[in-house]
Amino acid sequence: MRPRHGEAIFMSNTVSKRQWDLARLFYVLGPFLMLLFVVALFSTLLGIQDVRTQMDSTNAHGWSGFWHTVRVNPFWGEIYQGLRAFASGGNAKIVLTQTVIVAISALGMTIIIVSGGIDLSVGATVALTSVVGATLLLRNHSPVFVCVATILAGGIVGLANGSVIAGLRMMPFIVTLGMMGIARGAAKWLAGNQTVNPTENPVNNIMKLSAPDDLLPLPQGVWVAFGLAIIMAIIMRQTVFGRYVFAIGSNEATARLCGIRVQVQKLFIYWLAGLFFGLSGLMQLSRLTQGDPTVANGLELDIIAAVVIGGASLSGGTGSILGSMIGALIMAVLRNGSNIMGWPNYMQEIIIGVVIILAVGLDRLRQSRSAAAN
Amino acid sequence: MSVPRLQMTGVRKSFGATHALRSVSFEVGPGEVHALIGENGAGKSTLMKVLSGAYQPDAGSILLEGAPFVPRSPLHARDCGIAMIYQELNLAPHLSVEENILLGAEPQRWGWLNRSRRRELAGAALAELRHDGIPLDAPVNTRTIAEQQVVEIARALVGRPKVIIMDEPTSSLTQVDTENLFDVVRRLRDRGVCIIYISHFLEECQRICNRYTVLRDGESVGSGEMADARIDHIIRLMVGREIKDIYPRSPHKMGPPVFELQNVAGQPKPRRVSLALREGEILGIAGLVGAGRTETVRACFGLDRIEGGVVVVGGATSTRARPGHRWAQGVGLLSENRKEEGLMLNQSLADNTTLTNFAPVSRFGFINNRRQRQLTQEWMGKLDVRARSPVQPVGELSGGNQQKIAVGRLLHHDTKVFLLDEPTRGIDVGSKAQIYQLIDELAVRGKAVLFISSYLPELLGVCDSIGVMCRGVLSEVRPVAEWTEQSIISAAIGQCDPVTEKPSS
Repeated sequence: MRPRHGEAIFMSNTVSKRQWDLARLFYVLGPFLMLLFVVALFSTLLGIQDVRTQMDSTNAHGWSGFWHTVRVNPFWGEIYQGLRAFASGGNAKIVLTQTVIVAISALGMTIIIVSGGIDLSVGATVALTSVVGATLLLRNHSPVFVCVATILAGGIVGLANGSVIAGLRMMPFIVTLGMMGIARGAAKWLAGNQTVNPTENPVNNIMKLSAPDDLLPLPQGVWVAFGLAIIMAIIMRQTVFGRYVFAIGSNEATARLCGIRVQVQKLFIYWLAGLFFGLSGLMQLSRLTQGDPTVANGLELDIIAAVVIGGASLSGGTGSILGSMIGALIMAVLRNGSNIMGWPNYMQEIIIGVVIILAVGLDRLRQSRSAAAN
Repeated sequence: MSVPRLQMTGVRKSFGATHALRSVSFEVGPGEVHALIGENGAGKSTLMKVLSGAYQPDAGSILLEGAPFVPRSPLHARDCGIAMIYQELNLAPHLSVEENILLGAEPQRWGWLNRSRRRELAGAALAELRHDGIPLDAPVNTRTIAEQQVVEIARALVGRPKVIIMDEPTSSLTQVDTENLFDVVRRLRDRGVCIIYISHFLEECQRICNRYTVLRDGESVGSGEMADARIDHIIRLMVGREIKDIYPRSPHKMGPPVFELQNVAGQPKPRRVSLALREGEILGIAGLVGAGRTETVRACFGLDRIEGGVVVVGGATSTRARPGHRWAQGVGLLSENRKEEGLMLNQSLADNTTLTNFAPVSRFGFINNRRQRQLTQEWMGKLDVRARSPVQPVGELSGGNQQKIAVGRLLHHDTKVFLLDEPTRGIDVGSKAQIYQLIDELAVRGKAVLFISSYLPELLGVCDSIGVMCRGVLSEVRPVAEWTEQSIISAAIGQCDPVTEKPSS
């Protein structure tokens, strides 16, 4: 076809193009900036805390005392010290280890959310699979068998979710809300309403922290999470399956029109995600060295928060593995920082709540900016 | 002569470069039923949205009982006495008949509902329509479509309206219910309410209306007394434009039939569709909105259920098939609803183009992004898509360019049978001309094209043969030379027998 009318409206100017690139850059970097911000915030707070202790030792009071102490003892140094303490190898290792469970679950949750669904049963699934693993260990099964069985147990829960959602065309929210109760109940039933304590075994080593002051060696679990994140990122970005996930989440009608077997794909998505939740359960088991049916209560909300902070939209069609991983890190840094600051638990909860709203608010701003730039 | 109830003069409304209404003038007196007639896209619904306050007019004046009237919002228009009854019923399906009638106008004191007063008001409204047999407490979704419509009219009556606008009120009614509706309309007319009656069915208008106004391309082109008017005169007013020279016409070499439908039926539409689409043929399907054209192709494509009949693709019978099968057979569907079904608006041009066929850009399920971008860039060039880059979200493009991407998907898939549902809806004239050209080229290259459109000039300009669909039934497909706009319109608006439909609840 030949162009018939040469109007210049569409390729309007280069300014909008540059704006768009900036917006896009900001979009990609957004979660990173957020992570940097949180780390900087806690470093500063730790620095200020240091200054406070000095104030106490020099009997200084109020703002004037604060500024006096800062002038005597340069503030930047304190922040640096704070950063050193906060971002030290040992602490970084703790943060990374704490991230593992949320991060691995977030891999599964990202596929689900990108496909336009949601899973509220993650916490309960993690508890159930950790109990399954512990029970099998107690019965002297080999560690490899236990690992595989625990992961597959998660897959079964996912398959159950997926078959109801796809088969009966029910809302994922409702189905997984029900599954949340079922899995939690099953965990308590299986564990006889108490913790299951296997003897010392190799599974415990997956998440064991050795050499607490140094970054390396990292626990195996961190490497597993890291490796899976890379694989999943490739799957989501580079494979036909990944494109289908985005297509279903972006517009299910289009996906159907284009011959994608939407319900089959959904079944597969929930099953795959279930495997990740099972793996999280294994990590949970390894970390606690016991199967606890009451553990990971409300974990799904942390995971959803991580995915959303990472740039995914709950209406589907957007999101990235990288973003979700950074979101998971942000959640871990927040918890860890609050612990180091000695803040009580309720403060942590309030702060994390505020951060989630802020992150998503920023995301909306980003999107409206990039829309306006066009 | 007394002051007309409603008077519109020179009303104009544009959306960007599109002039939905150029200049509309008409007046309606008290106790008058006024037919508003025009083709799809003539501007009727825009006009009604201006009247009901959904759109603000750009120019022109509206007088309500002699006083200037500028509806600011639908609520404001309703308070001023303009009631609107839409083609699609607007009821809260789970609420009761009574609650629906009083929705938004509940008699109340400090937020407390007055139960007995409510029953009284709702009952009175139904009694006025002589439909007091409808139980007030029944959930409205348990009643028939016709009764639901009565409920909707009763709701309009509660506000003591001066003007009632009815948009295609009979399109989903059976013959008997239509008669009942006419009774209601006459009763309202005798009470001095004035009614603007929008319908495609001219016979109906002739029976029920006193006067008429014809709209064409956003202008009021004629009005008069219904009693003096002749149907063919009105049709000529509706059509009255010359076919411009934007329709290419190359000789097409017809091959064997590749896509045949034999008495295909679905629920509730289509009812009976038979056609044979040959290689190199452009077959047009005309008809009114709601005649069942979209439902036909959707059913054939595996998106809706086929209840009866046979679909033959490439000589082999395959009546029931999933959309994936159809694509594999080389059949491609372009959805009439670009935004809601056709495209993934927040995904890239590249993904939208290659979604049905990743094979050329992938190996072992892994996509070669660079190849995908290149290929998309090539299609963008061939189709003259104005966009910044193949990775841009398709929602950022203009309507015409979006449509070209949607067509590009079919081309990329190497489709042999093109089912194009309203391919030129909502796009600018330049893009339209390019789409016509493309369709013509496809036919020259031996592809089969099924072209559904509500815009008659393009059907007459582009197609080799045309069938007309009316109330779920496709007429005999005849060569384009045997059709005129007049004959298509009369086939579309009821030269076929009106068949009684079962109301679905």
